[in-house]
Amino acid sequence: MKREIPMIITMVAGLFMLIAFFVPHPAVRHLYEGFQIWVIVVVGCTYVLGVANLLRINWRQVARREQDWPYKIVLIAGLLVTMAVGFSEGTHYTDVTSGFQWIYQTFYSPMSSTMFALLAFFIASAAFRAFRIRSVEAMLLAIAAFILMLGRVPLGNAIHPAIPAAADWLMEIPQNAAKRGILIGAALGVMATGIRLILGLEKTYGGDGS
Amino acid sequence: MLFAVLLLASLSSASAIPLQASDTPNDGGGSITLHWTDPSAPPPRWTVVRRERGGTFAPLATIDGKLQTYEDDTAQPGTAYEYQLVALPTDPLLDSDISAPTQAIANWFDGTKLNVLVVAGLFFLLLFYYIFQAERGTRWTFRKIAGLDAIEEAIGRATEMGKGVFYIPGVQDIDDIQTIASMILLSKVSRMSAKYETGLLVPTNSPGVYTVAEEVVKSAYADVGRSDAYRSDQVRYITSEQFAYVAAVNGMMLRERPAANMLLGAFFAESLLLAETGHSVGAIQIAGTANVHQMPFFVVACDYTLIGEEYYAASALLSNDSRLLGSLKASDTVKILLITVIVLGAILMTFGQTWLWDFFATQ
Amino acid sequence: MSVLSALRSLDRRWIFLGVALLVIAPLVFGFHIAPVLPSHRSKGYYDAIERVPEGSTVLFAGDYDPGTSAENYPMALATARHLMRRNLKIVALELYPAGPPLMDQVFRIAGAEYNKRANVDYVNLGYKVGNEIVMSSMGTSIPATFPVDNNGVPVTQIPVMKGIQNFQQIKLIVSVSAGYPGTKEWVQQVVSRFHVPMVAGVTAVSAPEYYPYLQAGQLQGLLGGMAGAAEYEVLLHKPALATRGMDAQSLAHVFIAFMIILGNLAFLPQRKKERS
Repeated sequence: MKREIPMIITMVAGLFMLIAFFVPHPAVRHLYEGFQIWVIVVVGCTYVLGVANLLRINWRQVARREQDWPYKIVLIAGLLVTMAVGFSEGTHYTDVTSGFQWIYQTFYSPMSSTMFALLAFFIASAAFRAFRIRSVEAMLLAIAAFILMLGRVPLGNAIHPAIPAAADWLMEIPQNAAKRGILIGAALGVMATGIRLILGLEKTYGGDGS
Repeated sequence: MLFAVLLLASLSSASAIPLQASDTPNDGGGSITLHWTDPSAPPPRWTVVRRERGGTFAPLATIDGKLQTYEDDTAQPGTAYEYQLVALPTDPLLDSDISAPTQAIANWFDGTKLNVLVVAGLFFLLLFYYIFQAERGTRWTFRKIAGLDAIEEAIGRATEMGKGVFYIPGVQDIDDIQTIASMILLSKVSRMSAKYETGLLVPTNSPGVYTVAEEVVKSAYADVGRSDAYRSDQVRYITSEQFAYVAAVNGMMLRERPAANMLLGAFFAESLLLAETGHSVGAIQIAGTANVHQMPFFVVACDYTLIGEEYYAASALLSNDSRLLGSLKASDTVKILLITVIVLGAILMTFGQTWLWDFFATQ
Repeated sequence: MSVLSALRSLDRRWIFLGVALLVIAPLVFGFHIAPVLPSHRSKGYYDAIERVPEGSTVLFAGDYDPGTSAENYPMALATARHLMRRNLKIVALELYPAGPPLMDQVFRIAGAEYNKRANVDYVNLGYKVGNEIVMSSMGTSIPATFPVDNNGVPVTQIPVMKGIQNFQQIKLIVSVSAGYPGTKEWVQQVVSRFHVPMVAGVTAVSAPEYYPYLQAGQLQGLLGGMAGAAEYEVLLHKPALATRGMDAQSLAHVFIAFMIILGNLAFLPQRKKERS
C-alpha cells in the first residue's frame, strides 16, 4: 500500500485539477482554488525540514572540522541571528530603521546584485572559450549575435541606424518563430509528463524506482 | 395638455435605447452582461442602476458614455435583476429601457476553453491508443539524444576518476513540472550512481524539493541493494534565495571538484554561473531545461544539452518502458497535427478565412 | 604562432579584468559613447502611462528582488517618477518576498522629488505569497487580498485605497518583473480576464519572451533590461542610472563580440589540424 496510496492520491488530485480547469462552476472552482492554497501551506511546512537539514549538515561539518568549516559557522550564525532579529521585531521588521532591514540592505541586497553581476564576466569568458564557429549555422548564429549585441546598445545606432532595426527584426521574426516552435514542443512534453504522472505510468519521482 | 404628454411619451419611447441583459457565459455565475446600441447623442456618462424584481432601483456603477457594454459581477446567482442606464447629467429622454429580468447562472463548462479540451482530448485518445499498441508488442524507434547516452558515460567517468557527481535539480519548487521531471531523472541517475558506487551530491533550492529528492535518492539506492552506501548528507537543502544558492553550489563545486555535473530542471539567471564554474573544475556537463531564455547559455557552456521536449522525453527514453514510449509517440503525433493546423491556418488566413484561427484563439 | 598558443591557454581572469576595466571606465570617468535612442517598445510604455487620465489609479507590481535590481530598479524608479509627475495614484504590491524594501526605496526617492505622500498618493501593499492565486483573488477584491499594507495599516484607513475594490478601478497595470511570478502571469491571469491595459519592464534576457504579448496587444509597451530603462529615461527627459550604464554596456558588448572573434582565431590552427 506504500506505493499504491500515493499513486491513487496523485491520480485523483491530478484528474480533478485537469477537469476543474474547464469547469467554472463554484462547486468545483472553490475546491480547485483550495487545492492551490493547500500546496502553498504544505510547501511552507517543508521549510521546517529544510532549515533543520541545513543546520544539521553544517553543524556536523563544523564539529568534524571539515574543509572550510569556519564559513559554516558564519552561515549558521547568519541564519540564527537573522531569524532572531526578524522574530524579535515582529511586524516592525519592514520599518526602514529596523535591524532586519539593516541586514537586508547591508548584506543580502549587495551580495545578490554582485552574484548577478558575475554574469557579465562569465558571458565574456564563455564567449571566448566556447563559441566556436565550426559550421555554416554557427557562422549565421555568430553574425546574428554581433548584430544583436551592437543593436541593443546606443553604439549600434551611432554606427548605422540599420543595425538596431536589424536587431529588432531578428528578435521579432526569426527568434520568435524558433522560440514558439520550442515552446510548442515543450508544452507537449509537459502534457505527456503530466499525463504519465496522473495515470501512474511514471512512479519514480515518489521514490518507487521499479 | 394631453397632446403634450403624449408627445413627451412618444419622444421618450422613440429615444429610449433598448437594453439587453444576459447571463455572462462561461463563468461560475455571479455575472450579468448588459448590451445596448450606441445612441445618436450619448451622454458623457451613464449610471447603471439595478433592482431585484419588485424592488427599487439602486445605483451600481458610473461608466463612460461611449461604452456599449457593461459587466455586473456582483449579481447573486439565482436572483433575477432588472437594469437601466440613467444618463448623467440627468436627462430622462436619454435613459434606456428597463431590461428584462435576468439571472446569473453558473456554467459547468467554460466554452472558451473548447480548443484546449479538443487538443487535450485528442492527446489522451492517442496516448491510450499507443499504450494499447505497446502492450500488443509494437515497438517504435526514436532518434538518439546524445545527452541521454552521455549520462551513464559521465557517471562511469566519475567512477574511474574517483570523483563525485553533482545533480542540480533547478531552482523552482516541487510544484513546477520541470522539477518533477528532474526528480524522475534523479531516480535514474541515483540508481546508476549507486550501482557504480559513485558519490552523488544533490544540492536543492527548496525544502519541498529537498524532501522529495531525499526520498527519491534513498529509494533508488535501496532498489539496487546499496542502502548501506546511501549517506544522509547527499541531499541537502541550501537556500531558497536564487543567488545565495548559486554562490553555495559554486563553492561546493570548487571544493568537491566533481567529475560530472547534471543541471536538469528550471533555471534562470544562474544557469551560466553554474555551467561556467562546472567547466572550470573540469566536469563533464549535461544540462536540460525547458526555459527557452537559458538554453543558449547551456548550449554554449555545457557538453550536452537537452532542449525543451527532449528534457521531458528523457525519463521515458531512459526507462525504455514501451508504455512511456507510447506517450512520446502520442506527443509526436499531436505535434505533427499541430504543424498541419498551423500551415492550414496560415493558408486560410491568406484567403481571408479566419474560422480556424478563431477556434484556436485564446481568451 | 606563439601568440595564438598563448591565446589558447589564456587565463580567464585576464578576460574578467578586461570586462571590469571597460565597465568601470565610463562610469568613473564619465565619458559618453553614443546617445540613447528610444525604441517603439519603450515609446509604447511611455505613451501608455501618458494616456492614463490624471488622478486615476495605477497598479504597480514590483516583482523583483536585489538579484535583478541592476536592471529592474532603474526602470521601477523611472516609472515611479513618471506616474508621480502625472499625478497618478499608485497602488503597489510585490510577489517576491525580498521585493517590498526595493519598492519602498523607489517611492521614497520619487516621492521626495514630486512631493508625494505615502498612503495619500501611493501605497505599498507589500508581499503576498500565492503567485497567480493573489492575482485572481485581487480580481474579486483587492482589500480582501491585502487587508493591511506593508506597514500593517488597514487598507480601509488608507486614503489612496478609497474606492479601490478590484481591477475595474485600475486604469493601468505596470509590471516590473524579474521572472516568475511576473509579467506573463499578470497577462494570463489579469489582462486576458479583466482587460486592463498593461505595460511591463523585464530583464533583458527574458524580454524576447514577451514580444508575442506586445504583438498581440496584451502589452502596450515593454522595457527590456537596462537598455529599455535608459530609453525610458530619455523619453522622460530625466537621464539617470540606466542612461549612465549604457556607455558601460556598449563597451562590454563590443568586448564580448571581440572575445568571440579572438576565441575563434586562437583555435584556428587546431581546426585546420582537425580538418587535415
